[in-house]
Amino acid sequence: MIDQENKNGIDPFDCKKDDAVPPVEAIERQFDADDRQLHDVLGFLEEELEKHGAGMKQIMAITLSMEEAFVNVAHYAYEGIGDGTGKVWISMEFEDDTVIIVMKDQGMEFDPLAKEDPDITAEAEYRKVGGLGIYMIKQSMDSVMYQRKDGYNILTMKKVYR
Amino acid sequence: MEINKVIKDGCCKLDLSGRLDTITSPQLEEELKELPENINELILDLKELEYVSSAGLRVFLNAQKSMSAKGKMVLRNVNEEIMEVLDMTGFTQILTIE
Repeated sequence: MIDQENKNGIDPFDCKKDDAVPPVEAIERQFDADDRQLHDVLGFLEEELEKHGAGMKQIMAITLSMEEAFVNVAHYAYEGIGDGTGKVWISMEFEDDTVIIVMKDQGMEFDPLAKEDPDITAEAEYRKVGGLGIYMIKQSMDSVMYQRKDGYNILTMKKVYR
Repeated sequence: MEINKVIKDGCCKLDLSGRLDTITSPQLEEELKELPENINELILDLKELEYVSSAGLRVFLNAQKSMSAKGKMVLRNVNEEIMEVLDMTGFTQILTIE
C-alpha cells in the first residue's frame, strides 16, 4: 500500500495519517508534599521507566534527581502556607528515547535553578551540603527548566533514558 | 536500609545495604551518634548499597568531619553507580575510598 501511495503521490488514507503517529503518553500522579511519600514517588518513576526499557544507570540518575526535587518541595514549598501541607503533581511523558518529567506544586514561588552551584572542590571542613541536591539534578539530567505559572512552580526535567 | 555493625578495639565497621536516602539516612546518623568515644577508625562498607542521595552524602560528610578529628574514616567496596554520585559532587576528593 505504501508503494502505491508513493507512486501516484496521493495518499488516499490521508485522514488516517495522524493515527499512524503514536500518541505521546503522559501519565500524571498526585502526591502529598510530604517526604514520607518519597518511596511511592520513586516507585512510580521506576515502574514507568522499567516499562519503557530504561537503562539501570538512567533510572538511578532520574530517581536521584526526582528525590532531590521532591524533597525540596516537601520540606519547603508549603511552609507557612495554610496548615503547611499541600500537593505535588508529577507527570511523565515518553517521547522517543527521552523522558520528560514535570513536577508542579502550588507552594511559594521558588526557582531552584537560581541558586548558585555549591563549591565542590572545598576541603571537607568547609564543605556545605546545601544546594548539593539541585546541583545533582543539573548534573544528572540532560536539561532542567523552571517556570512560575498560574500559581504553580513547574520544574521540567528531561533525559534520554535508553 | 540495613546496617550491620561490628566493633573491634578502636575500629568500627558498618555494612550498609539498600538505599541511603532522605527517609533512611537518619538511621545511619543515629548509628554514628551512638558510636563509642574510643573509636578511631570507621569503615563504611558499601558493597550492598544501591543508592545514595544528597541526604546520604550529608551523613558521610558529617562522619568524615567528626572522624578526621580523632582518626580516620574509609569507604570500602563502592560500586560504579555510587562512585558516579561521589564523583559528580566532588566527594571523591574529600573521602577516603579504598
